[in-house]
Amino acid sequence: MANMSLNKNPMPTQDPKVRAKNFLEVATGYSEQAALDEAARCLNCKNMPCVSGCPVNIHIPDFIEKVREGDFEEAYKIISKSSSLPAVCGRVCPQENQCEAKCVRGIKGEPVGIGRLERFVADWHNEHSSAVETAPEKNGHKVAVVGSGPAGLTCAGDLAKSGYEVTVFEALHTAGGVLVYGIPEFRLPKKIVAKEIETLKKLGVKIETNIIIGKTLTVDELFDMGFEAVFIGSGAGLPRFMGIDGENLKGVYSANEFLTRSNLMKAYEENSATPILRAEKVAVVGGEMLRWMLQERRFALAQKRFILYTVAPLKNFLQDRKRLSMLWRRALNSNFFAIL
Amino acid sequence: MYKIVSKKELNSTVTMMDIYAPFVAKKAEAGQFIILRVNEDGERMPLTIAGFDREAGTVRIIFQVVGATTTLLNQKNEGEYIEDFAGPLGNPTKTDNLKKVAIVGGGVGCAIALPVAQKLHKLGCEVHSIIGFRNEDLVILEDEFKAASDKLIVMTDDGSKGRRGLVTEPLKELIESGEEYDEVIAIGPLVMMKFVVLTTKPYGVKTTVSMNPVMIDGTGMCGGCRLTVGGKVKFACVDGPDFDGFLVDFDEAIARSNMYKPFEERKREENCNLLNMKVK
Ligand SMILES: Cc1cc2nc3c(=O)[nH]c(=O)nc-3n(C[C@H](O)[C@H](O)[C@H](O)COP(=O)(O)OP(=O)(O)OC[C@H]3O[C@@H](n4cnc5c(N)ncnc54)[C@H](O)[C@@H]3O)c2cc1C
Ligand code: SF4
Ligand code: FES
Repeated sequence: MANMSLNKNPMPTQDPKVRAKNFLEVATGYSEQAALDEAARCLNCKNMPCVSGCPVNIHIPDFIEKVREGDFEEAYKIISKSSSLPAVCGRVCPQENQCEAKCVRGIKGEPVGIGRLERFVADWHNEHSSAVETAPEKNGHKVAVVGSGPAGLTCAGDLAKSGYEVTVFEALHTAGGVLVYGIPEFRLPKKIVAKEIETLKKLGVKIETNIIIGKTLTVDELFDMGFEAVFIGSGAGLPRFMGIDGENLKGVYSANEFLTRSNLMKAYEENSATPILRAEKVAVVGGEMLRWMLQERRFALAQKRFILYTVAPLKNFLQDRKRLSMLWRRALNSNFFAIL
Repeated sequence: MYKIVSKKELNSTVTMMDIYAPFVAKKAEAGQFIILRVNEDGERMPLTIAGFDREAGTVRIIFQVVGATTTLLNQKNEGEYIEDFAGPLGNPTKTDNLKKVAIVGGGVGCAIALPVAQKLHKLGCEVHSIIGFRNEDLVILEDEFKAASDKLIVMTDDGSKGRRGLVTEPLKELIESGEEYDEVIAIGPLVMMKFVVLTTKPYGVKTTVSMNPVMIDGTGMCGGCRLTVGGKVKFACVDGPDFDGFLVDFDEAIARSNMYKPFEERKREENCNLLNMKVK
């Protein structure tokens, strides 16, 4: 008998008072009990509307059924057939616009917590599984992937599973793209990303950091090196400045610079080698960071006061979650972040 | 990991290293830079390529020990390794169609100016070099410059070596005496470049400056290295590092370059204390 509760099992989180003082993950994840209970809310619909909302078509009701049976490892196997980064996607995918937006349980109440279950399954596997990933038999074809963000890693994972010899070339010193330089530790711990990348390496994916394709090596050279195909997943993460007076003053950061200093270079740590300005008063220009802050209910470097200047009316942002997250993804680069 | 193939102290504060990085060595050109991290959790630090040996697969860097990261790097010895070394980044210095140039280098900037002088010299261009230092002890690469220049003027602030005074003085004299330069290339501290530009502007001599703002990724992703050039925002790491000196907003660049001064000073003190403890 399905669990007919209209509400999702809530996501356990760190106490706000505690989390305001640390950089650890805010959401702590379902317990086994909560996962079993949430899985029981799924109706195992024949036409699987949720799957049509998932960009990689994870067999959602199938994996949820395995969770309900308590066979978490089998659930993991089902997810990993379609997704190379379940622990990451379970945390940062905008499920409310994707699978969960299509879930029939969402008509009367809240949809099934598909993302939370995905995260639970991936974390359970990473913690408990003794299954060893082995590289599948090679098919003798070499593919180069440029960029190690979620796009590049997913491509590399899928190809490796089908036997291709994949090498990922990354410009920075660490693989992960926005997952390591953009998304804060308290939302997506870096060790989760590192673990997913380890899994890809076990599948035989090679990762070469510090190689800027176009500078260190060209695409033509990649072909000369024997790669038969090149996938370019270099991201769209270039900041665009708005031409506002004073934009280049000391103390004005683009969102990307602030995030890169804080996340990739760990400037939030007291003894970090990379500096970041800490100010009493902070102004944020642009709508994107607003969502981030509303979501986290705090500001990463715990300044005393911050002022928000948004490019869209605050009211709309608060009312319209969907638009908010669409804007979040679309306009990330056009905003900037200022510490004045 | 990238091996330090050789290390040489050029003076009490400036060190030269050859790093084994064959991919970078293969592509490097004068005017480009690399980004390195000395160790894990280290800062990403840009350094201009001071030379390269494509066959040996090595890239030469010359750095002045000024802050925490350069101090750490300077503690590494020949045969040891540094964590990361990525490049070549930025655009090579343009050397096409130049018949006669003046190269103005200041301090450690001379290390960056040298490969440009060498390249132009090799291409048959007439090279006049003016290199400036605070005093005799800090003079570097004099012989190398001599070999790459048709005329070399060494300046020191206190007159302990060469002529006493600023690099802009002989530059002005040369231009006034009728030397017709296709271009003046200035590489050194921001203030020096600003004054070189003020010197050449009245004569309308095209002046290229090499900008080294604070950087992180060096790939155009963060915008931290931005400058105003001709009223437009430019990223030094992908649009530069060379820019038309007449168009650069130096005052803004100077202000931005001071952003982390207090941090750097604190770090250096911490590092020194750490070293002193080790020595004891
Ligand atoms: C703070 C923040 C939070 C976010 N939160 C979410 C979220 O919760 N949910 C969500 O769905 N999305 C979120 N996003 C958006 C999401 O991160 C991006 O859509 C996603 O990272 C894009 O992935 P990608 O692989 O295409 O590119 P990227 O992650 O940008 O990766 C590109 C990689 O390619 C490398 N590269 C670039 N050029 C070269 C080259 N020439 N040679 C070699 N390597 C190169 C780059 O260094 C980088 O590592 C967030 C973004 C930010 C900034
Ligand atoms: S739509 Fe919702 S209830 Fe139906 S199968 Fe998918 S997750 Fe389960
Ligand atoms: S250093 Fe980040 S854009 Fe230039």
